[in-house]
Amino acid sequence: MTATKATTERRPRRPVRRRGDRIFAGSAQGAGILILVILAGVAAFLVIESLPALTAPAEEIPGGEGVGAYVAPLLFGTLLAAVIALLVATPLAVAIALFVTHYAPRRLAAGLGYLVDLLAAIPSIVYGFWGIFWLAPKLVPFYRWLEENLGFVPLFAGPTSATGRTMLTAGLVLAVMILPIISAISREVFQQVPTLHREAALALGATRWEMIRMAVIPYGKSGVIGGAMLGLGRALGETLAIALVLSVSGGITLNLISSGNPSTVAANVALEFPESSGLDINTLIASGLALFLITFAVNMLARWIVNRRADFSGAN
Amino acid sequence: MAKRIDCSDVNIYYGDFLAVENVTVSIEPRSVTALIGPSGCGKSTFLRALNRMHEVIPGARVEGKIAMDGQDLYGPDADPVAVRRQIGMVFQRPNPFPTMSIYDNVAAGLRLNSKKLKKSDLDDLVERSLRGANLWNEVKDRLNRPGSGLSGGQQQRLCIARAIAVEPDVLLMDEPCSALDPISTLAIEDLMADLKDRFTIVIVTHNMQQAARVSEQTGFFNLNGVGQPGRLIEFNPTEKIFSNPDQKATEDYISGRFG
Ligand SMILES: Nc1ncnc2c1ncn2[C@@H]1O[C@H](COP(=O)(O)OP(=O)(O)OP(=O)(O)O)[C@@H](O)[C@H]1O
Ligand SMILES: [Mg+2]
Repeated sequence: MTATKATTERRPRRPVRRRGDRIFAGSAQGAGILILVILAGVAAFLVIESLPALTAPAEEIPGGEGVGAYVAPLLFGTLLAAVIALLVATPLAVAIALFVTHYAPRRLAAGLGYLVDLLAAIPSIVYGFWGIFWLAPKLVPFYRWLEENLGFVPLFAGPTSATGRTMLTAGLVLAVMILPIISAISREVFQQVPTLHREAALALGATRWEMIRMAVIPYGKSGVIGGAMLGLGRALGETLAIALVLSVSGGITLNLISSGNPSTVAANVALEFPESSGLDINTLIASGLALFLITFAVNMLARWIVNRRADFSGAN
Repeated sequence: MAKRIDCSDVNIYYGDFLAVENVTVSIEPRSVTALIGPSGCGKSTFLRALNRMHEVIPGARVEGKIAMDGQDLYGPDADPVAVRRQIGMVFQRPNPFPTMSIYDNVAAGLRLNSKKLKKSDLDDLVERSLRGANLWNEVKDRLNRPGSGLSGGQQQRLCIARAIAVEPDVLLMDEPCSALDPISTLAIEDLMADLKDRFTIVIVTHNMQQAARVSEQTGFFNLNGVGQPGRLIEFNPTEKIFSNPDQKATEDYISGRFG
């Protein structure tokens, strides 16, 4: 008796665990560690390869004003295009998801969900061509109208690009690209809302829309944010579509409808890389590092937003 | 104000499946009516038909007439949303909104009904409803915490507070105590005794003693076999049902000689 007591006191007692449990826990842990290792590897590569550019004298960097001045417009362009995409795509995706899960007749709903999912399978180069040859020219009259009527807003100051290959067009193309991701995930979480909660709202005398506002949207909110983050990730990293659509010349500007736009990190790397060598490549990689850090920060922010009200998430 | 409910020739379907057949019954205001019967005989189905929650299930429908103080609940111009505001419901499993605080759970129905309530009026109503549900003292210091953090019995009383906050005419309760311990059960039974001065209460229960303790009237549902529709076999004052029922089936069920 006393002997066993002594041993249990000496080392912390380990719970009895079955072999299946141990194997599963081990492999899950392994997968988790693998992700960290890959991430660390990518980060290390980026840091090591950007160091020459970060330490080089400013004149030797393309543009001649140092890494900061080179990367800043690119980051700005990347974020601007992604934010436009997110602002357009998220409400639309949520609306589609709500329609499919709660309004559409069942057969139509399945078909519509399938169609939206198909959008995700289209390669980005196709979106790029669609953006240049179809969307951009169609948007020019609309941009003219914006310039004439809302020109006092800096966003629409103009002069309107004749080709329509503007920041706003790029953002809209990105929005279409990330729409299926966000709406698929939103649809999934809206479908998971327990009948119990939906009936609680209906039994209080909520209309269908009130029920959605009371029970469905709050329950699905963290999932929608997660979906938006995935979409944002794709928008930040999108290369080809932007490289094709966006007409690049100029630096940081909020003007969304002119032909002088900052490029984005990914598109710039794709366009510049073939003709780069030496320090130029290090500079491009430094811009990649900056994007990596920003993406990381945005994801942390989203986690924090979701976790802030974890008690109220409905997960318990 | 408490109202009476009259049902005549009510048939309730899930798609093609007739779940409850030919129920004709009058439920008295300001009293507790208990519905008892074996599992699957259609008690919940019937209860949900009373506040038009049944039709929420795809393909489900109700035939026959259900009227509240003469107002036809299934009439051509009866709005199911309005019906549900008048007839509140408490479910078998406590279902507070997990994304809302205790306060917001109670206020949820009030906010639906009258958008423009002053904060102080809302505070008063929330407090009154929580007191009415015998929950105020336990939660008054944590009204802003999530409702899902309460114990099962507290959650159920929170759901009752939410339902009575909008002052419905009728309160339907589907096995409200089936997941609760004896003390919480007693608290809810006491509550029903208080509430029946103001509301018409219909409760489904598997607990005979509970039906005997809380109700004035009792209805016994039964079904002849699997796949057969449930029927209301007997509806009588509770005392009579438990001492001297008209039907043999009722007596067998109550005395446990069932099957
Ligand atoms: N959503 C549904 N779809 C189809 N049939 C259903 C549905 N819900 C219930 N039923 C059927 O209707 C009949 C009555 O069910 P109901 O839930 O009303 O029984 P109950 O008397 O409440 O039983 P319990 O005491 O177990 O709660 C059963 O045969 C059941 O299988
Ligand atoms: Mg039931």
